[in-house]
Amino acid sequence: MIDPSQIKSTLHKVLPNVTLPGRYTGGEFNQVVKDWDSIGIKTALLFPEVYDLGMANLGLTILYDQINRSPQYLAERFFVPWFDMEKVMRTEGLPLYSLETKHPISDFDLIAVSLPYESIYTNFLNALDLGGIPFLSSDRDITYPLVIAGGHATFNPEPVAPFLDAVVIGEGEEIILEILDTLASFPNEASKESKLKRLAKLDGLYVPSFYQPVYANNGLFSHLNKIDPSAPDTVMKRIVGELPEPPLKPIVPYINIVHNRAPLEIMRGCTRGCRFCHAGIVTRPVRERSVEDILEAMEALIPNTGYSEIGLLSLSSSDYTQIIPLIESINKRFEGKNISISLPSLRIESVSVDLMDALTGKRRSGFTLAPEAATERLRGIINKPISDQQLLDTARSIYSHGWHTIKLYFMIGHPTETMEDIQAIADLSKQVLSVGREVIGNRAKLHTSVSTFVPKPHTPFQWTKVDSLNVIQEKLDLLQKEVRGKGLKLNWNNPRETHFEAWLSRGDRRLAKVIHQAWINGARFDAWQEGFDFEIWTNAFKSTGLDPDFYSTRKRTTDESFPWDHIDTGVKKSFLLEDYQWSQEGKTRPDCRGNCFACGILPAYNDLRHDHPGELWLCPEVPHLKNKK
Amino acid sequence: MKAQRWRLFFAKTEAMRFTSHLDLILAWERTFRRSGLPLSYSEGFNPRPVINLAAPLPLGFTSSGEIGDFWLSELVSENTFSSSIKDSLPPGLEILSLKEIPQLHGNKLPSLTHSAVYWMKLNHPIDELPIRIKEILSAKSIPRVRKGKEYDLRPIIHKLTLIPTGSTGVITLETELSLQPGSTGRPEEVLNVLGIPPHEALIQRTMINLKSIILES
Repeated sequence: MIDPSQIKSTLHKVLPNVTLPGRYTGGEFNQVVKDWDSIGIKTALLFPEVYDLGMANLGLTILYDQINRSPQYLAERFFVPWFDMEKVMRTEGLPLYSLETKHPISDFDLIAVSLPYESIYTNFLNALDLGGIPFLSSDRDITYPLVIAGGHATFNPEPVAPFLDAVVIGEGEEIILEILDTLASFPNEASKESKLKRLAKLDGLYVPSFYQPVYANNGLFSHLNKIDPSAPDTVMKRIVGELPEPPLKPIVPYINIVHNRAPLEIMRGCTRGCRFCHAGIVTRPVRERSVEDILEAMEALIPNTGYSEIGLLSLSSSDYTQIIPLIESINKRFEGKNISISLPSLRIESVSVDLMDALTGKRRSGFTLAPEAATERLRGIINKPISDQQLLDTARSIYSHGWHTIKLYFMIGHPTETMEDIQAIADLSKQVLSVGREVIGNRAKLHTSVSTFVPKPHTPFQWTKVDSLNVIQEKLDLLQKEVRGKGLKLNWNNPRETHFEAWLSRGDRRLAKVIHQAWINGARFDAWQEGFDFEIWTNAFKSTGLDPDFYSTRKRTTDESFPWDHIDTGVKKSFLLEDYQWSQEGKTRPDCRGNCFACGILPAYNDLRHDHPGELWLCPEVPHLKNKK
Repeated sequence: MKAQRWRLFFAKTEAMRFTSHLDLILAWERTFRRSGLPLSYSEGFNPRPVINLAAPLPLGFTSSGEIGDFWLSELVSENTFSSSIKDSLPPGLEILSLKEIPQLHGNKLPSLTHSAVYWMKLNHPIDELPIRIKEILSAKSIPRVRKGKEYDLRPIIHKLTLIPTGSTGVITLETELSLQPGSTGRPEEVLNVLGIPPHEALIQRTMINLKSIILES
C-alpha cells in the first residue's frame, strides 16, 4: 500500500504540471493536523467537487470544526481532482488522499460524504473509485471505511442508496459525534451488520440495506419492505434545538475560491413557504442566532482568519428578525476596520435597498432580485406574492441608490404556466430597465436570468411534472427573441441539464444502476459545462431499460406513494398536499411567522421547542405535550 | 492615511509554492488583519491595502529572497511590529528581516529592482553541463522567441554557474538574471537553452537586488 510519504513525493513531482495545483496541496492557515497514530476513529470528510468550490461549503466547515473540536477524533478533507489531475493520479497510481496528512482515503474509518445536490453523484463514485473502494455497500466488508452521506440531496436518498452504508437525514452537528461515539464503542473486529444495527437506532440515521423497495407491475414504486425488524418505519429528520456556536477558526485558503470570505450563519430555515422551494421545507423550523452571538462570533472570526469579508448566511437575509439592528451594530462596532459584509437573498422590498445601503465598503456592482415568475397570477401559484408595482418601486430605489445593474431571477416551467407568463418575463424586464433609464439614463442595465423549474421531493409541487424538452425550448426561443436590446442581457440554462436534475432528484432506488452506468460511460462533473454529457445519461438509461421520462415529465397522482415517503422532514404530506391544492385554486399562504398553519413541525419537534423557548425559534411556543421521562 | 512604511524581506516556502501573486497579496492582507497591525488602505468605494511587492514570483517557485513594502496608518515600534506579524504568519511565509523605510512616499519597489538570483535544483544529472554553461557565457547573443516576441537572452544573464554539489548530491545551478522593466530574465528560459525541461528542476529565488538599496537604508 502506498503511504503518505510516497504520496507527497509523487505530488511534488506532478503538481507543477496540472492546472491550479494549489487545489491539491492543503497546508492552509487554520488547517487541523492531529497525531495520526494516537487517534482511534478517523473521519474522511469528502466533498465531491473541486477544492475551490467545496471549500465554500458551510456544512463541510461545520463538520470539520465539530469533529476536530473533540480531542479523541480527527477529520481530514477530501475533494475530487479536475480532469487533468485525475489522469495524472491514475497514471501515477495516486489514490484519493487527504489534504491534511496525505493519507489514502481507505486508511480512514468513516467516509462522511456531502451530497448537497444531485449533479455531484458521479463525482462521489469517482472519488470512491480513486480511493480503491467498491461502490456497493454490499461489496464492502469491514476492512473498508463505512460510507455515510448527508446533505440536502439525501432527503431523497434512494437513487444513491445502494452506494451508502448509512445516510444522515437533516442537520449533522450532533449526530456526527453520536456516530463516532457509536463506532468507537465497538471492538475492531465487530461485524459491519452489528455496527449498522446500532447506528440505525440514532435519531436521523437511515440504513438503506435494512429496507427493500417493492415496485408494482406498472413500474410505480409501491412501498418499502423492512428487512430488519428493528429498523424504524420512517426516519425523522434530525435538527438541533439551537444553532451551535459557529466555526470560529475556519480554514483560510491560499488560492481563490468561490465565496472567499468567512461564513457566519445567522438563521436556519425560512417561513415564506414558496411552493417550489426544497430548502424552505427541509430546513424548517426557523431558528435564529442572536445579534449578540453574531457580533461576538465576528469579533473572533476576524482576528482568527484575517478575512476582510464576512458572509452573513441564511435563506432569506431580510427575514432575520433583527436585521436592521444587526447591521447597525456591525457598522458601529467595526467602523474603520475595512470589514465588509455580504447579505445573500434579499427580498423584493425597499427595506432591502436600505440594508444594502447601510453596508459600508461594498462595491455596487449588481443588485439581485428573484421574483421567480413574471405575472402576479403565477406568483400567486408559487406562493411568492409580490405585486408588479412593488417590484418596480424596489427597482427604482435600487437604481437611484447607486447600482447600475439589476439582476432578475426567473424560473420557467411553473405549474399552470402559459406563453403569456413567458412573454411577461420579457415585458417585465423591459419595464424594469425603463424605470432604470428614468433614474440614471443609459447607464442602467438589466440582466435576466432564467432557469427551469424542477419539482422537488418534500415540496408542495412534488406531484407536478417538468416541462418536456420541446416545451422548454419553445419558451426559451420566445425569451431569446424578446429579451434583447441595449442594456438587456439574458442568461438561461440548458434544458437537458434540467431533465437530468429531475431524474436524479425524483428517482427511486433503480436509478443507482443508471448512475453507476453513467460513471462507467465517463460521467464526471455533471454540474459543469466541461463535464455534462446528455448522451452519456440517455445511453445509461437505455442500457438499464429504464425510461427517463417516467421520472421527469410524468405528473404524479395524489395517491401515489413516493420513494422518499419514509423520509420524514417533520412537514406532513397532508399539509403539502393541501398547499398543492391551494396553489391550484390560486390561494396563497402568508408568511407563517405571523400565523402557524400547522405544517407538522411543532408536533414533530415538540420536546425540542419546549426545551428552547423564546424568540429564537419562529414557531409558536408550546406547552409540554408529551411526558418526558 | 499612510503613517509608516515597512520593508519586509521574506521567504515564500513549499506550503505556498502554488499561491499566485494576487493571492499572495491577499495572504499578506489577512496576515496583517490577524496581527492587529493597522495596515493603511486606499480611499474610495473599494479600499485596497497599500502593499507593494518587488516582483511577482512565478507559480511553482519557492523563494528565500522576496521583498515587500507595507504601509501602516499608525506608528508602531519595531518590536511591536516584529512580534505581532510573526505570530500571525501562515505556513509558507517566513520573515527574514525587516526595517522601517524613512521615505514614506519614496520610489516604489518594482521600479527599484535590478536583478534576481535563482537556484535551480535538477532532478537528474545532465551530461556535459559545464561545457553547456561555458557555451552560453561565451555566446555574443542568444536569440529567443517568447510569446511571439524575439529577444536576446544573453545580456539578461548576469551570471550562470554550478554550485558545488554537497553531500546531498543534488546538482544546483545558480543564475543571476536582469529584473528591470523591459528586460526581465526567466530562469526557465535559461534551462531551455541548456536543454533541460523546466519542469525537471525545482526553482528557488534566493535574492532580489535593488538598485538604490544603499541610498535608502
